[in-house]
Amino acid sequence: MPEAILDVQDLSYSFRTYGGEVQAVRGVSFEVMPGEVVGIVGESGCGKSVTAQCALRLNPEPPGFRRGGRMLYKGEDVFAKGERELRRMRGAEIGFVFQDPMTYLNPTMRVGAQVEEVFAGRPGVSRREARSRADEMLALVGISDVARRREQYPHELSGGMKQRVMIAMALVGRPSLIIADEPTTSLDVTIEAQILELLDDLRRKLGTAIVLITHDLGVIAKMCDRVYVMYGGKVVESGGAEDIFYRTAHPYTAGLLGSVARLETDCDEELKAIEGTPPDLFSPPPGCPFAARCDYAMRVCRESPAPEYRLEGGHRVSCWLRHEYAEPVELPARCAPEAAV
Amino acid sequence: MGRYILKRILISLATLLVLVTVVFALVRLMPGDPFSSEKMTPQVRQNLERYYGFDKPVLEQYLTYMGRLVRGDLGYSMKYANVTVNEIIAKAFPYSADLGLRALAIAVSVGLTLGVVSALNRKKPIDAVCVVVAIIGTSIPDFIMGYVLQYFFGIRWGLLPIAQYKGFAYTILPSVGLGFYTLALVSRLMRSSMLEVVQQDYVKTARAKGASRFRIVRKHMIRNAILPIVTVLGPITASVLTGTFVIESIFAIPGMGKFYVSSVQSLDYTLVLGMTVFFGAFLVTANLIVDVLYGIVDPRIRVARG
Ligand SMILES: Nc1ncnc2c1ncn2[C@@H]1O[C@H](COP(=O)(O)OP(=O)(O)OP(=O)(O)O)[C@@H](O)[C@H]1O
Ligand code: SF4
Ligand SMILES: [Mg+2]
Repeated sequence: MPEAILDVQDLSYSFRTYGGEVQAVRGVSFEVMPGEVVGIVGESGCGKSVTAQCALRLNPEPPGFRRGGRMLYKGEDVFAKGERELRRMRGAEIGFVFQDPMTYLNPTMRVGAQVEEVFAGRPGVSRREARSRADEMLALVGISDVARRREQYPHELSGGMKQRVMIAMALVGRPSLIIADEPTTSLDVTIEAQILELLDDLRRKLGTAIVLITHDLGVIAKMCDRVYVMYGGKVVESGGAEDIFYRTAHPYTAGLLGSVARLETDCDEELKAIEGTPPDLFSPPPGCPFAARCDYAMRVCRESPAPEYRLEGGHRVSCWLRHEYAEPVELPARCAPEAAV
Repeated sequence: MGRYILKRILISLATLLVLVTVVFALVRLMPGDPFSSEKMTPQVRQNLERYYGFDKPVLEQYLTYMGRLVRGDLGYSMKYANVTVNEIIAKAFPYSADLGLRALAIAVSVGLTLGVVSALNRKKPIDAVCVVVAIIGTSIPDFIMGYVLQYFFGIRWGLLPIAQYKGFAYTILPSVGLGFYTLALVSRLMRSSMLEVVQQDYVKTARAKGASRFRIVRKHMIRNAILPIVTVLGPITASVLTGTFVIESIFAIPGMGKFYVSSVQSLDYTLVLGMTVFFGAFLVTANLIVDVLYGIVDPRIRVARG
């Protein structure tokens, strides 16, 4: 078995704030193999971005700090690295695509220069070479008339164009891994499809692994080999995309699938949002984080965290319903959102 | 951009026209006239009035004045015998300009530096020091600052000259005194502007690209944080310029301030008017330059103006 490029083991990450400690990530484990597309899905605030930004140590520290666990990039713990080593990783080993190209691009810097900046201060790359590689990448992400566009400022480009620039920025250093944190949330549907297609296409051409963060299961269905479902700072279910959509094992995942609109399908279930609110991260519940909102919650769910059960083919779930003493329940059968998109 | 500048120039000229007219009227409305304070025979007085055109209707005087003004001729002073207003300005302005520029340069360079250093070291002792300096600076008026500097650096410690303007050492106290308020103001603005920029998403993008701390501060933070400061450069220049009047009199500097104050006291119509017009033109030009400058540093404005 090849070595994982990103191997996260029981990672906990918190922020010290005036109100107390925000436990944003509470024991997350996942791995990314070379060339693979891994999806991380979950509601707003469940810790997706914080987890992802740990890979390049982009969370502000302080107030952020690692509470426990490890995050290995190519076998080395990123939390053991100094600022210099981290800088060498950023852009060159791991590229980041952020959510909103409007605010994540510098408004007073020409887009060409922003892409080239990945090479700034990097030994062995001349300015000339940086420039030509930036231009090459801008063309590759589908920007026409690069000579003119590179001299423009972000506000002169459309939303989709800006996101292409961001992707060029993430890719220009030829990283082995791209982390795309909700790359299409701020774009409209047609542009979203184009951007996803572009990412998929580039992955094939360049062999880059992708971690795709989203709260849109449709995006996951279209792109990902494997999926991690996060809730309240934890991974509650993981497995191949098929497992998640067709052999759903966690009530929260079932709820997520139930809240996705499926048009033009023969699926006539009622569309239903998950009731209630996510857990308070200042004092997370001792048991299953989903207990307060779960239709199947038992007493044990509120008292102790559910162990992780291994199902067939790498499919895993953290839910007490799998315990041998639990009464067997049938989660409502869901249609995968794939059919809709 | 060209059209925009042209429009701004026309507006500036209109502003100046209004300014001259209003001041022309105000000067005439002041009680007394240039000759009322001096003892002279009615005959002499009549001659003087004829000489300066006061025997004509006010409207005609106004038109005559405007006619000369267009040619850049500000007329003869009514108090300083045989000296034109142009000559007085030519002699006094270099002092004021020198003082003002030094004060501005100190205020902007030191103010920006303090603001940046303070914001980057938030909640550390150096930040506290900068904040205290800023509070003191913005709450003490120029003239008190001037006296305090004179007292300590000149009289108590005897380090620097406290009067006149005859070399570099002479310029230090007055320009610091004049610039201190602005320095404090700029440092406060820059500090809060930087603190805002530090949290911007594009700073995180720059970090994700592996840019060095120094590069992030220089290319991403300062570049964006400075924009709001550029917008206040116009008003700042104006306040420094008016501040020169007070500082000049405290430090006995033969600049415009001295003439301006005495011309108002003695109702030297032409001198008051001439200096007002000159200052007005100066400020309007400064504002125009700042505006164009802003368009250059902020690309978003450049396009919007078309
Ligand atoms: N700098 C910070 N200081 C304090 N708390 C933080 C900080 N950054 C994130 N958090 C907290 O960590 C939790 C997880 O945030 P995170 O951004 O990872 O959520 P997310 O899953 O990415 O949500 P979204 O879909 O909205 O992006 C949130 O409750 C958030 O308030
Ligand atoms: S552990 Fe209990 S509360 Fe949590 S999802 Fe499973 S059944 Fe629901
Ligand atoms: Mg997020």
